[in-house]
Amino acid sequence: MTHEIARDPALPRWPSGLPVPPDGDLAALQATLARRAQDDGLLDVAYRTVDAPLGPLLLAATSAGLVRVAFEVQDHERVLEDLAARVSPRVLHAPARLDGVARELDEYFAGRRRAFDVPVDLRLLAGFRHAVVEHLADIAYGRTASYAAVAAAAGSPRAVRAVGTACALNPVPIVLPCHRVVRSDGTPGQYAGGAAAKVALLELEQRVGA
Amino acid sequence: MVEPFEHAVVRHGATVLRVCRAVAGLSDGDDAWSETFLAALRAWPGLEPGTNVEAWLVTIAHRKAIDVLRARARRAVPVGDVPEGALPMVGRTDGGRDLDLWQAVAALPTKQRHCVALHHLGGLPYDEVAALVGGSAAAARRAGADGIAALRRAYGTTDGEDA
Repeated sequence: MTHEIARDPALPRWPSGLPVPPDGDLAALQATLARRAQDDGLLDVAYRTVDAPLGPLLLAATSAGLVRVAFEVQDHERVLEDLAARVSPRVLHAPARLDGVARELDEYFAGRRRAFDVPVDLRLLAGFRHAVVEHLADIAYGRTASYAAVAAAAGSPRAVRAVGTACALNPVPIVLPCHRVVRSDGTPGQYAGGAAAKVALLELEQRVGA
Repeated sequence: MVEPFEHAVVRHGATVLRVCRAVAGLSDGDDAWSETFLAALRAWPGLEPGTNVEAWLVTIAHRKAIDVLRARARRAVPVGDVPEGALPMVGRTDGGRDLDLWQAVAALPTKQRHCVALHHLGGLPYDEVAALVGGSAAAARRAGADGIAALRRAYGTTDGEDA
């Protein structure tokens, strides 16, 4: 976990002189809760973090699919609050639903995977942005496309800046590869995970793809 | 409530577990904990912002702990339970004190046990405790104080001593 949630101070009303009651195994109870929430259809947003070469990644999924991938610089706590506000406040740490994504990301970073085939839920985007992000996977592994080319492919050749905005708001970076969209002069350009992360992803794909 | 529900689990999970275990015992208390947070998760999106989440959870936990106990009473042959009002266990070594505490709490008379759970473990003020256990706030305060006094006798401690 890369974020800390403050706990209540321990037992302000418990009399001194008595041993403090133990908490027992809360982790096991939380795992049971996540499983039962899933069974009862109450797990609207499941999340977990994974360690990646680019630093910890937050992964979140609805029952429809992967809804968010976030870099540490994006502040995972703020991302969870955003999901609570825009998708549902029924947000639980529930790693099981993200197991498939975590495994595919491992394979991707190890150079053993070129495309992701987990279901993706793009409900955080609408309209043109949704259309742009949805088609990012058309840019092949190890290749790049300019913002202008992506705009043209989306049928709006003048919407170059709007493509930049769509890429910046891509809710599932890496899995939908906005890092493959670069400036017309070939320089990488901006990235939600930081410019260095974009360069690292492009270099990984160059190395593996060569 | 628009806050991620996970916050409520992390912040208040331990408090809710102590209340559940004090009312329902160790193993049934764990069941009550799950039932509490499942019910809370269901109701969470409709909860008014600004609600005292801990007090809300403690109130649910008290009800769920009683439900779990009742369900067990309907199912089980009533043998082997700690009789109400039995003497608390004393004289264990430091290493065994945590479990002893739960046994000592379990041995309290019902009303004392509930008042200790809700006030000292759950942090509810005595007027809210009284609304849950019945009777007046003063009676709840007396029962809570008597319960704590009994626990102190079980541990041979005096006020101000470190645990």
